[in-house]
Formats: sequence, C-alpha cells, structure tokens
Amino acid sequence: MEKMDISVDLAGVTLKNPVVMASGTFGFGREFRQFYDLSELGGICVKGLTLHPREGNPPPRIAETPMGILNSVGLQNPGVDGFIAHELPWLREHDVKIIANISGNTPEEYGIMCEKLSRAGVDMIEVNISCPNVKAGGLQYGVVPEMAAQVTEEVRGHSDVPVMVKLSPNVTDITAIARAAAEAGADALSLINTIRGMRIDVRTRRPVLKMNTGGLSGPAVLPVAVRMVWEVAQAVDLPILGMGGVSKGEDAAQLMLAGASAVAVGTACFADPYAPLKVRDGLEKIAAEQGLARVSELTGGVKPW
Amino acid sequence: MTKLCPIADLRQLTGDVFSLTLEAGELARTTRPGQFVNIRCGEGLLLRRPISVCDVEGSLLTVVFQVKGEGTQWLSRRQTGEELDVLGPLGHGYDIPRGKVLVVGGGIGVPPMLYAAKCCQEADACVGFRSADNAILLEELNAVCGKVMIASDDGTLGVHGFVDALVRQALSEDSYAAVFACGPRPMLKSVARAAKEGNTPCFVSMEERMGCGVGACLVCACSVGGHYRHVCKDGPVFNSEEVDW
Repeated sequence: MEKMDISVDLAGVTLKNPVVMASGTFGFGREFRQFYDLSELGGICVKGLTLHPREGNPPPRIAETPMGILNSVGLQNPGVDGFIAHELPWLREHDVKIIANISGNTPEEYGIMCEKLSRAGVDMIEVNISCPNVKAGGLQYGVVPEMAAQVTEEVRGHSDVPVMVKLSPNVTDITAIARAAAEAGADALSLINTIRGMRIDVRTRRPVLKMNTGGLSGPAVLPVAVRMVWEVAQAVDLPILGMGGVSKGEDAAQLMLAGASAVAVGTACFADPYAPLKVRDGLEKIAAEQGLARVSELTGGVKPW
Repeated sequence: MTKLCPIADLRQLTGDVFSLTLEAGELARTTRPGQFVNIRCGEGLLLRRPISVCDVEGSLLTVVFQVKGEGTQWLSRRQTGEELDVLGPLGHGYDIPRGKVLVVGGGIGVPPMLYAAKCCQEADACVGFRSADNAILLEELNAVCGKVMIASDDGTLGVHGFVDALVRQALSEDSYAAVFACGPRPMLKSVARAAKEGNTPCFVSMEERMGCGVGACLVCACSVGGHYRHVCKDGPVFNSEEVDW
C-alpha cells in the first residue's frame, strides 16, 4: 500500500500533518520537548501574545467541569518582543510551522505586533479577536462584525505572511463575523475559541475561578465546534483551522468533514501530553480505512441529510 | 515522562487519607524531595491529580493523598496490581543544604516532609494535625528524624495549638540550616514568619489548582517576588521570603 499523504495546505502554508497545537495550552512548546520532537507536529499556535508583557489574572485560573475545563489565564505572556528574542529562535530550529497568536487593545496594536512578527519570520499570524478572559480588546472585536473587519484589515495591511482570524463562539451568528473577516482580507479562519462558562462551589458559594467566569474547553465543546465549523465553511470560501475538544483521530475527522483543512489540539494535552501525536495517527488510520490517498480529502466531506 | 505504574500497595491511613505505593522504576529513582507526580484518575476526568511524593525506596514511590473529590475518590478505590498513568517527577523540590534541617508539615502537608527528612544529613520535624484521629506517618518520621514535635488543633495529641509555636521553640533551642514546610497557606505564612524571626532560611511548598503540570498552560499562578510564577514548574517549592503572602 502506498504511504498516505498526511500533509495539508492552510492558506498556502504546508503543514506536514494536519495537527496544530492550540494557542494557550502548549506555551511556546519548551515543556513538551521532554516528551517528543516538536517536528512531529504540523504546527504550533504559540501562547497568545500582546504588545507588552502581561501578568495575567489572579488564581485560581482553572476549574474542572463535566468533560471540560474552565480557564481564565488572562493572556499571561512575555510580550511580542520577548517572544521574538527568547522563544522564536529556538522554535525555528524545529521543522514545524510557527503560528503567532496576537491580541491587542486597539487595531493599531494588532498592526504593530503583526509587523514585528511577520518580519521576525513566523509562518502565519493568528489574530485573537475572541479571548474571553481580558477586559480590553480581545472579545469585543470578536462579537461585532464591523470591529472584526477593522482589526482584520489593519493586520492584513501589516503582514507578509498569511493572516488567520480566530473566531469566538460567544456570538449569536458566527457566520456574520466570519464573513466580515473574509471580506476584510483574512487568509484563513480558526475556530472555536472557548465558550464562556462558570462553576460555583456550592459550599463556599464562591465561583471556583477568581475572575468568576472563564472559557470552557475540552470534549464538552466538540459538538459546538463541529457545528460552527460546518456553518462557517458554508458561509465563506476560506481555509479553516478547526478546534474545540479534539482528543482523538475521530474528533479531528469530524472537524475536517465539517470543513476544516487542519485541526488544533489543546486541552487534551493536559491529560495526555502525547495526545496530538495520537490524533495525527488516528486521523491517518481513518483516512486509510476509507481508502483515501490524502488525509486532506476529508475536508468538507460531510454528507448532510 | 509518562509511565504506567502498577500499584504495589494501597492503604487507608485515616478516614479520608490513603497511602499509595507504585512500582515506578526509573521515575522513582529520579525523584527529588518536594517534587510531585501527576496521576490520571480515570477516563472521564480531564485533569490529572498532582500529588507530592511522600517516600521513595528503590523503584517504589509512595504518595499520600486525601480524598477531596471525584478524582481522589476514584484513586482510593483502586486495587493492588492495577496500573496507573503517572506523569513525573515534576516541579522544583527542596534543595538539600548541608547540616540539620527542620521539616514542618501540617495535615496533608506532612507526607512530603518524610522524603525531605530522609534526604537531609540530619532532620528534626514539627508536625501539626487537627486532632489525634488525623495523625499520620509519625512512626515513619520518628525513624528518620532526631526529634519529632507534635501539635494538634484540639489538644488531643502533643501540644495544643499550631505548628508555628513548635517551630519557634525548635529554632530557639537548636540551630538549623533551613526550614522546609508544607501545609495550608495560613500555616505556611506563620511558619515563614517564625523562620524569619529565627533568622533561618525557609522553603515552602505552595499549592494551586493545576492544569498541564509541566509549565505550559500557566494556570497554577502564584505571586512570587511581585510576579506570577507557576507552582508546577517554578515550584512547588519557593523561598518563603520571596512569596507574596
């Protein structure tokens, strides 16, 4: 049997396999080198960057929920310059696509970060307009189509590499935001970010998270992600990085059938650092069982009733 | 590393506290005092449970845990011979100084002090429990420590009161290269104050809700020296003078 082609194309960037690490769950990858070579991965969306370093939110920042977790890290990061100076050089030594995730307080901030990063040599920029855990910026750009378009335009004008806009599921109609980003020049879309949630300790009557609410991820959100990827894939003609609750090959195959070109794995890494490799191998196995020559043939292959 | 470790022994120590010994091979041999392991507790729970290492004997690694929720309850119901998915050893533990160390534990913070005491040239211990019914590991501590001083909140065992009073007394009677402490945050804070008064360096093991356990997800933030550092990777052991109490 011929070797399955597991490479995929995401807005002109060739990923050697469809598995990307989701931003915020993998840091800058340093901590996972003890488990495997980062070159095993298709891509890494690095921890969300801001123009200046951020300390993040007070703890507790995590709560376990049925088949999920809530987090409110609040974009703790060393700032875009710190990333370029201390993380990007060693990351570049690996054969893996580096996707820089950015959040700004103003469209101009997004533009400045984008220029610095595209010049520093990242492969792609993921524009976070959907972080539920910071007051300024982030989410506000992700819920109003005009603002999503404004940020996308600004970023597009300052980038030499493909720009992928990360969409929030915390909206009434995700396709409206997707269309706005597409019309403003986005090269790709990634979805979904976390869904806002809350957990309360009934004995103390306190929310478990110090910020009261946080973002839900994990297997609990997979069906929401599949549905939203499916809706967005029909609404716009852009490649999609699908994510939300992927922990095995079958989950990834669902997102691809719904319309994703590649998938990101995040929360699954907490239980099992090897999860991304298992997703990759599981996906390959499914494609082989279905007699495909390329894993990419799964993309958009759902047969709706 | 992640490793499937067979359970060599699982015993109930008190009403809700269990001692679990794993055949952990190389993982046990490379474990330093104050480090922890992150144990997967069934398929339905997405987060592993971080538990401090209580003791190491060759390839056997022992942790002592309290049943607090679904995960630890699942763990307490395992059988000898079953395999557990263990990630570790993790974190930065206690750096062992030359000379005598005073190890201080409160409640479920007592277990890691056993392995810490064992790794020191010489150690005395101050331990505190809610009451006599909650006392654990006294025999084991007696075997590796010169003196073991005990306090209980209700006076049913040892001195009536908290461990920081014992620490003050110990530091006034003897000289120690360092104080190592593990326990609830208010206890650590008062032990840190007692150590400072006694001009003795103090290292505390902090606790925070944890995600990945390896330093990537940044959820287990603890303010140290004016900045958020992370219990799983920078800690769990920090210099008490640097912790922002």
